[in-house]
Amino acid sequence: MKYLALIYSAQNSGPMPGTPEFGEFMGGYQTATKTYQDDEVMLAGEALEDTSTATSIRIRNGKTETMDGPFAETKEQLGGFYLFECKNIDEAIKYAEMIPTAKYGTIEVRPIMDYSKFD
Amino acid sequence: MTKISNTDHAFSTTLAHDVIEKLVREEWGKLLASLIAQLQDFQLAEDSLQDALESALHHWQRNGLPRTPAAWLLQTGRRKAIDRLRRQANFSSKSSQIAYETQLNNLMETDSNEMALDHAPEIPDERLALIFTCCHPAIEKKSRIALTLHTLGGLTTGEIAHAFLDTQTAMAQRLVRAKRKIKHAAIPYAVPAPAQWPQRLQAVLGVIYLIFNEGYFCTNGAELVRTNLCDEALRLTKILRELKPNEPEIEGLLALILLHDSRRTTRQNQHGQIIALEDQDRTSWDKQKIIDGLDMLNMALKRKKPGPFQTQAAISAVHAEATDYGDTNWDEIVALYEHLYQLQPNPVVTLNKIVAISHAQSTSIAYDMLGEVEVSLAEYQPFYATKAEFLQNLGRIHEAEIAFLKAIDLSGEENIRLFLQQKLGKMLRNN
Repeated sequence: MKYLALIYSAQNSGPMPGTPEFGEFMGGYQTATKTYQDDEVMLAGEALEDTSTATSIRIRNGKTETMDGPFAETKEQLGGFYLFECKNIDEAIKYAEMIPTAKYGTIEVRPIMDYSKFD
Repeated sequence: MTKISNTDHAFSTTLAHDVIEKLVREEWGKLLASLIAQLQDFQLAEDSLQDALESALHHWQRNGLPRTPAAWLLQTGRRKAIDRLRRQANFSSKSSQIAYETQLNNLMETDSNEMALDHAPEIPDERLALIFTCCHPAIEKKSRIALTLHTLGGLTTGEIAHAFLDTQTAMAQRLVRAKRKIKHAAIPYAVPAPAQWPQRLQAVLGVIYLIFNEGYFCTNGAELVRTNLCDEALRLTKILRELKPNEPEIEGLLALILLHDSRRTTRQNQHGQIIALEDQDRTSWDKQKIIDGLDMLNMALKRKKPGPFQTQAAISAVHAEATDYGDTNWDEIVALYEHLYQLQPNPVVTLNKIVAISHAQSTSIAYDMLGEVEVSLAEYQPFYATKAEFLQNLGRIHEAEIAFLKAIDLSGEENIRLFLQQKLGKMLRNN
């Protein structure tokens, strides 16, 4: 099973750059990523640029509307993700718990759709 | 299970019906758990077992009871599952499902051979895995309760809907959603590993305790069903203890349920109105349940692995042991709530501790402590009911009235509203 761990947090909720906590926080990401690689469960993982750099696109009446900003202005924004290959949700939760942002924000774990079920 | 001879040809419709009903009550969880383990599909297992029951009614009426009705149902359930899989249009194209079908067929052959023998094949008990799946924290809270009652208790969607004052459609949708999540998010059908065990066990016990509470705090209209929920919670806890003996928190929950349940008949009058603990007729408490509850608690405490359910049972035990309300050892209750708070830091525990302090020390000391929880319990009915009583005891009648009205406003249950209204009425008449 593939699971996407979506990393949500409010802006400035985690440690600030330059503080010792920030070093620990980033170190936490390195440790987590290393664990995922060693356990061979990580298919992908990236951090996203700030939501101020987001562009939203939609097509209405055949016309593309391009807008500045994320799809929804919510307090917690998507900041990055990991894509895991796990046996089941318990395993996915175990790995998602290691994401340092879990302490400040929220990690949403979503199974990737299995198209073979439509075969 | 009751053994009934299969030689009796004149097997009446009602008898077949009764046997099936009894089987469903006693064996449903076990049969379903076993089928799910083999099929790895909740919905398919449930539908197939339902098919098997229909089939049973038909066959048993005609041919009498099989030697081992439960094994018959399980085997028929598997066959029905194969039928269902075959009917899926795409079936032949998928080699994995063919392999799977072959495997199921093999299983059935083994079973047929065993059924020819005199002994019933032992149905492997997979219920522990099933309980943990149904109570998985990734499933929405109310759905965990519904799913547990449905799969392990064999309650129908209608019965569960009735007990939770929900419509049957809404409850059916809730169950479908939960089963869909189990399948698509791959919620495992397994007993958790030792590292996860304590936390996951608390989730399971929490669900059973909620089932008990739903039944215990019964309201108008649905009383009978809700009383059954108490029995169902008791039954589930006993099954859990059977499946996992020597686990002090399971024993703790069993003790807690028994001790609470000993007061079931005295906590309401014949009109369904609530009678507070201090006004209950203690001579009518169920002595046997108290003895059993205390024994169970002592057994748990001897294991020296404290936990929240053992602590709550200990609190209930202090009440059970007091000959009257005034005689209650409130100091011990205060200490137990403090201990509980260490295990489960939440403001409701603090509120209960404050109530105990009002008895152990004084109302004015307790009243001053209410500020600690005022913000977090701003929408919690018992907070205002407690505040109202404290204010009444302190002679601050006008403020007490405001608190009573707020509590009445927040009560969701009719009989609690009535209970509070009567208290308020009595206070106003006497002042």
